[in-house]
Amino acid sequence: MPSEGIIGVLNDLWIHYKDQTSLKLKLIDAYLGYIMVTGIIQFIYCCLVGTFPFNSFLSGFISTVGSFVLGVCLRIQSNPQNRSQFETISPERAFADFIFAHIVLHLVVMNFIG
Amino acid sequence: MVTSAAIYHVLHAINVTIEIRNVCVFLAPLFSSLTTIVTYLLTKELKDSGAGLISAIMIAIVPGYISRSVAGSYDNEGIAIFCMLLTYYLWIKSIKTGSLFWSTLCALAYFYMVSSWGGYVFLINLIPLHVLALMFTGRFSHRVYVSYCTVYCLGTILSMQISFVGFQPVQSSEHMAAFGAFGLCQVHAFVDYLRSKLTDKQFQLLFKSLAITVGVVTVVVGGALTAMDKISPWTGRFYSLLDPSYAKNNIPIIASVSEHQPTTWSSFYFDFQLLVFMFPVGLYFCFSNLSDANIFIILYGVTSIYFSGVMVRLMLVLAPVMCIMSAIGISGILGVYMKNIEFGDSKAKKRPDKKIDTSYPVKSEIATGIVVMMTILLLTYTFHCTWVTSEAYSSPSIVLAASQQDGSRIIFDDFREAYYWLRQNTPEDAKVMSWWDYGYQITAMANRTILVDNNTWNNTHISRVGQAMSSPEDKAYEIMRELDVGYVLVIFGGLTGYASDDINKFLWMVRIGGSTEKGQHIKEADYFTPQGEFRVDREGSPVLLNCLMYKLCYYRFGEVYTEQGKPGGYDRVRNAEIGNKDFELDVLEEAYTTEHWIVRIYKVKDLSNRGV
Repeated sequence: MPSEGIIGVLNDLWIHYKDQTSLKLKLIDAYLGYIMVTGIIQFIYCCLVGTFPFNSFLSGFISTVGSFVLGVCLRIQSNPQNRSQFETISPERAFADFIFAHIVLHLVVMNFIG
Repeated sequence: MVTSAAIYHVLHAINVTIEIRNVCVFLAPLFSSLTTIVTYLLTKELKDSGAGLISAIMIAIVPGYISRSVAGSYDNEGIAIFCMLLTYYLWIKSIKTGSLFWSTLCALAYFYMVSSWGGYVFLINLIPLHVLALMFTGRFSHRVYVSYCTVYCLGTILSMQISFVGFQPVQSSEHMAAFGAFGLCQVHAFVDYLRSKLTDKQFQLLFKSLAITVGVVTVVVGGALTAMDKISPWTGRFYSLLDPSYAKNNIPIIASVSEHQPTTWSSFYFDFQLLVFMFPVGLYFCFSNLSDANIFIILYGVTSIYFSGVMVRLMLVLAPVMCIMSAIGISGILGVYMKNIEFGDSKAKKRPDKKIDTSYPVKSEIATGIVVMMTILLLTYTFHCTWVTSEAYSSPSIVLAASQQDGSRIIFDDFREAYYWLRQNTPEDAKVMSWWDYGYQITAMANRTILVDNNTWNNTHISRVGQAMSSPEDKAYEIMRELDVGYVLVIFGGLTGYASDDINKFLWMVRIGGSTEKGQHIKEADYFTPQGEFRVDREGSPVLLNCLMYKLCYYRFGEVYTEQGKPGGYDRVRNAEIGNKDFELDVLEEAYTTEHWIVRIYKVKDLSNRGV
């Protein structure tokens, strides 16, 4: 595969990604992308308007960061290529854990948002 | 506190009516029993259930932990050690399985830990340190990523629910290591992902450009934020752990607490005995089969050893890891040698086919010898622990006991005597001035208002009391009128030889008194002799001999004969005859002195009726 500098590398990466990843993982990736956009919007808003209710900003921002991280964890655990590292966890179990962690995360965010 | 209230309500809901006072008194022993269970589980994860059992037995009797968890000592540490070990156990479990479930539980245990003790800062720095160590040794895997990121995100937002912590996790330097490790995790995982998708050359190119951009951005942003004071530097409490001389020079209040003094070698042996020697053995066994979990316990052990050397109070944090490491060591030794022991009857039957191992001749005998020696050492450990607990850590701190020359015990009940006198003979709204050590006792037993107690965070106020104690009578009277003091209480050990009295603590009062603005005229050097000694006899400094604390302690002491052959007024703690003997008090009058002169109470006189 020809690789003329950064653009070429990124192009290769994109093609490789489109071909190789399964539909389930692409779905999770789309969800992650959406969360990241939400987080960036919140952060820019905070930079523009100021941090007055700091706890609200923090709870909103951490909720996006937390959801993103949990989504990445779910993706890692659902990827059949990683099976060797996660012997005791079936994809169903991974999803159940994901839900449990989200419940805790959102309870705390609800409490913190003020 | 929430725990005690919760237990109280649960018990009452099922109609077991235990008074809240009894719940509080027995909370510490209850949680230390739970700690034993958690220690077993933690060591089982690290090695095997044999080591787990040994560590549980050891932590059940180790004096270093018992000293802070006696029934009746109602301080944070009773619960905190349990929470800490629970968090560590769940952390090791989540590192080993890589499951979100255990990581979430670990974050919840961390939340419980934050709500119980300020020492949670230790955890939030140890866990990132572990993750960094795993990264540097090339053991960073998806499991570590899942565990750490979950614990960090959930743990941070949970810890901010506690009002004491507030927004510190994103603003103070003590938490920045965790944040940095979090960022590094993301970068590392992303880099790994790219590496799996690209060929080597492409990867190198992309990696280099990414690394440069990320590095520059981090340095610029981090530097700017610290310069603009958005990120506060390390607070005094924790900074003094890194630089032990900081507190002594800058914050006398923190330095004066006797629990914050550096640890002596003898306290290590006193509190841990056998464990001191088995700790390096356990360390060796951990190094010899290195795994993710073992790296964690090695880091925990080494950092605890450092911190417990800085401050006596942190011996408590060292106790569990000493037990765990020693248990790993002992279990390793016994495991190796037990295999070699051949019991008499099975010798003939068992090994016809096994090759004769000629590595060394008397294998079975040596093995038996070592096992016997190990047993003897463990027995001495048990004897030592029970002796230490009964001698040193079982006495109530209010009633003192001493043995006389003929061996009989004499009880000094002076504290309670004085507090009940206060309770029955002073007006209900009287205010008592004493040093902060006795604040809680006076409030609880004498039921009178005090100026400063064990939980006073207002440095200026304590400093004012210190200034009153260190000034001569007339200046002290101004301060006492300003603070509206009715009675003054001092502790004096010169008659009985009780060494933790106020004269021995006096230098701290001087230091704290001189540390704020209004006390600038109080200099510690004035209270020493020209040669630099602290003396209460005739050679002592005149500033010391005329200050309020001196006069209150030694009023009428010149007429008392304490020991045969010594002149009147011989102070048995300082071993000197006092310098300033026959003086009268102008602005105070003696209200009460207890039987053995340990507690002395004085009443502050009102302003005189006529002017001059």
